[in-house]
Amino acid sequence: MANDPNADVTDDSQWPLWEVFTQSKQGAPHEHAGSVHAADAEQALQNARDVYARRGEAISLWVVPTSAIVASMPGDAGPFFDPGNDKAYRHPQFYKVPRGVRGL
Amino acid sequence: MSEPIVAAPRTTAVANPLFEYVVRVADDRLVLGHRLSEWCGHGPILEEDIALSNIALDLIGQASAMLALAGQVEGKGRDGDALAYFRDEHDFRNALLVEQPNGDFGATIVRQFLFDAHSVLYLDALARSGHAPLAALAAKSLKEDRYHLRHSSEWMLRLGDGTAESHTRVQRALDELWRFTGELFECDAIDTAVAAQGIVVDHESIRARWHDIVADVVKRATLALPGDAPMATGGRRGRHSEHLGHLLAEMQIVARSHPGASW
Repeated sequence: MANDPNADVTDDSQWPLWEVFTQSKQGAPHEHAGSVHAADAEQALQNARDVYARRGEAISLWVVPTSAIVASMPGDAGPFFDPGNDKAYRHPQFYKVPRGVRGL
Repeated sequence: MSEPIVAAPRTTAVANPLFEYVVRVADDRLVLGHRLSEWCGHGPILEEDIALSNIALDLIGQASAMLALAGQVEGKGRDGDALAYFRDEHDFRNALLVEQPNGDFGATIVRQFLFDAHSVLYLDALARSGHAPLAALAAKSLKEDRYHLRHSSEWMLRLGDGTAESHTRVQRALDELWRFTGELFECDAIDTAVAAQGIVVDHESIRARWHDIVADVVKRATLALPGDAPMATGGRRGRHSEHLGHLLAEMQIVARSHPGASW
């Protein structure tokens, strides 16, 4: 049924899954913290706050439906992620990083 | 619906109104926190189980700090634990609303919503009172209770505007718990007496704003606001419904079985 609000409920009778990203401080990247079940975005935010951000771990939260995430395949390991170690000119290691710069 | 509980007004003068006042604020949070703790492991879904336990911990933390303050105000050497575990039912000053049984999840949410909507307005007023220690505790608690209200409001909408069954259950709970809301806005001799300590809370203004908040959420949840009905009262004077005694027996059993134990 296309209009069935329960259509998204998975086999284990849980609500849909959301991935949670937390930002620990201003300017820091949002990092994947885990996941929660929730019926909608507001509830996902609240659940994420209760599970991952209640002890001052985060100043910002992102929640994303797990179904919205596209992941690379394990089979991509070869050609997709070939680091090109033999091509030194691809690697930015000829620069001196100024002291005090973090998060590069 | 059963008959409302009506207690005769007590006229006895109270020796330490400030103590009495702080205990009222604390007991609301202690009893409601205990009620929510009964949900632990029984929530409808893991995340909601955690949310209810979080709110329970917030409320018990608030109660703990406020009872400690009450102990200092009393000046008889009773600490927070002594006040939580070694007072009998008739010495508790919580509103009748918070001692009502959890019922189903919808009833718990309605009780929580009605309390939270009052609590954010009340704590906001208390945080601006002239009694510095109480104002500080109120300001700290207010941050938590704002989140509680967001949580319970969301659930009111979700359940009220959910399935036919969830709607029916929440409406029934709203109708049954409504008679306990009047007590939240009562103003008696204790309130008047603490005005001398800088604690002046305008219950009538809070009542009007509370009604606006509740009416708005109830409407958006497609629920009906209960009509005017006789209000139950008595909790502030130690006259409770039959539920509090059982709650306290469970809450206090360990402390009373081992008085003086450190933990």
